[in-house]
Amino acid sequence: MAVPVEEVGFEVVDLGEVPLRELNQRLHDLSREPGPPAWRILNPNGAHALACGIDADVEVEIQGHVGYYCAGMNKHATVGVHGNAGPGLAENMMSGRVVVDGNVSQSAGATGRGGLLVVHGDASARCGISMKGIDVVVGGSVGHLSAFMAQTGCLVVCGDAGEALGDSIYEARLYVRGTVAGLGADCVEKELRDEHRAQLAGLLEAAGVDADPDDFRRYGSARQLYNFRIDNAGAY
Amino acid sequence: MCGIVGLFAKSAEIEERLGVHLAAMLAQMSDRGPDSAGVAVYRDPAPLGSSKLTLHSADPHEDWHAVARALAGEFGGDPEPSVRASHAVLVVDADAADAEQWVRATRPDLRVLSAGSVIEIYKEVGLPRDFVDRFRLEGLSGTHALGHTRMATESRVTTAGSHPFSTGFDLCLVHNGSLSNHNRLRESLRRDGIEFQTENDTEVAAGYLAWRMREGASLEQALEGCLEDLDGFYTFAVGTADGFAVLRDPIACKPAVLAETDGWVAMGSEWRALAVLPGAADAETWEPQPGVVYAWERARV
Repeated sequence: MAVPVEEVGFEVVDLGEVPLRELNQRLHDLSREPGPPAWRILNPNGAHALACGIDADVEVEIQGHVGYYCAGMNKHATVGVHGNAGPGLAENMMSGRVVVDGNVSQSAGATGRGGLLVVHGDASARCGISMKGIDVVVGGSVGHLSAFMAQTGCLVVCGDAGEALGDSIYEARLYVRGTVAGLGADCVEKELRDEHRAQLAGLLEAAGVDADPDDFRRYGSARQLYNFRIDNAGAY
Repeated sequence: MCGIVGLFAKSAEIEERLGVHLAAMLAQMSDRGPDSAGVAVYRDPAPLGSSKLTLHSADPHEDWHAVARALAGEFGGDPEPSVRASHAVLVVDADAADAEQWVRATRPDLRVLSAGSVIEIYKEVGLPRDFVDRFRLEGLSGTHALGHTRMATESRVTTAGSHPFSTGFDLCLVHNGSLSNHNRLRESLRRDGIEFQTENDTEVAAGYLAWRMREGASLEQALEGCLEDLDGFYTFAVGTADGFAVLRDPIACKPAVLAETDGWVAMGSEWRALAVLPGAADAETWEPQPGVVYAWERARV
């Protein structure tokens, strides 16, 4: 069968024909044995756990919408979704890069330890929940309880943030360009200094998002909550 | 877990094949709810002055023609039962309240799953795929429909405990989530004359909507009342004679996706459920905001 011109150089896998488990196994095998460096996945139709658990420096391009847990635990790989993504996108990502053209559902980048997650549309509730080193750049807005208990890493929001942003936050840095519906417990606005502008400029550039760092506000921990204080013992 | 789907036709083609699309959506949600499945389909309006009942019998050899004759003896007319598996739909020459009351009084062993002028409800325990075949879902046309696949958490896996629940004429509800104040609320609604058939939490939410609308609230107002009066997790899809509505609780743990084309509006717990619809790839697609009522209504002719 003739391969369409644009498919040259890609390992093309059509999920209309190939079982999801078989594709994921082939992607996992790349950690042991080198294989095609670039993959194009067709007809994802909302499949769960697609391209989850990759541990190899490859590019995976998904043409369509994906379901739960896409690109979870990603290590080294670049995963692109040309569509929307369901809950738990890039959950516990370790390194590499995950980029979504459309919108994503809740808990994107949850517990992520490294790498860069870029969402060009909106992310819904709990974006970056319990993030531990991942950087998340959202071109649109994020829903409520984003960066809940965020520990390290950065969450950059070019649109607005929902209720309870950064609730119970540790040391993550939150940058928001638009309005914040409400800050969560122990999350406060902080001064945007040159070091932050430089960091933000670097993240925006890496994400390919055109925005001026000076338009953002920075939020972070007031550090009043996360150490247990014996004075508060009576409250328990 | 549980999976819910809703489909509202905006074109004659979709109306004609509503059952085919609904069956495909339901099958996609099998993983989310393998215990039971059910649908409410809005179709074939009963003639003016008549009403339509969906009845369920636990007896696999139920003589539905005898039930129809007994109804005709009481109310006149010549109802022909439309039988699907353990269910039968009967058009009765009486208003829905009288017809339902008569069945409850005369045949307490039968369960009235729905009453109204356009609603039909089919629900049963077992895998969604088997349900689709047993009830010949693909042969149904209609204007709009809701569906549910159940993974039970709050009450027993029975036909009566399956969704959709209807506690008002042409009104039904499917639910993904769990309510925590349903016992107290059920008691309070019972005092206001709302009847319940199960101990299920979702039936209480359906009863709550029926009560609010009986007291004069619009569907949207009744749903907004849920935000105040229901405690728990929910994504609801609600069907009425004219349309359907979607509401997620303010915490929004339970997923939902909405999509719209020129031919249809659809909701599902996941994109997978919508991906099977014609033109889905190019549909306008979004996640409903927490605590916001989304509603579609057919223009009344």
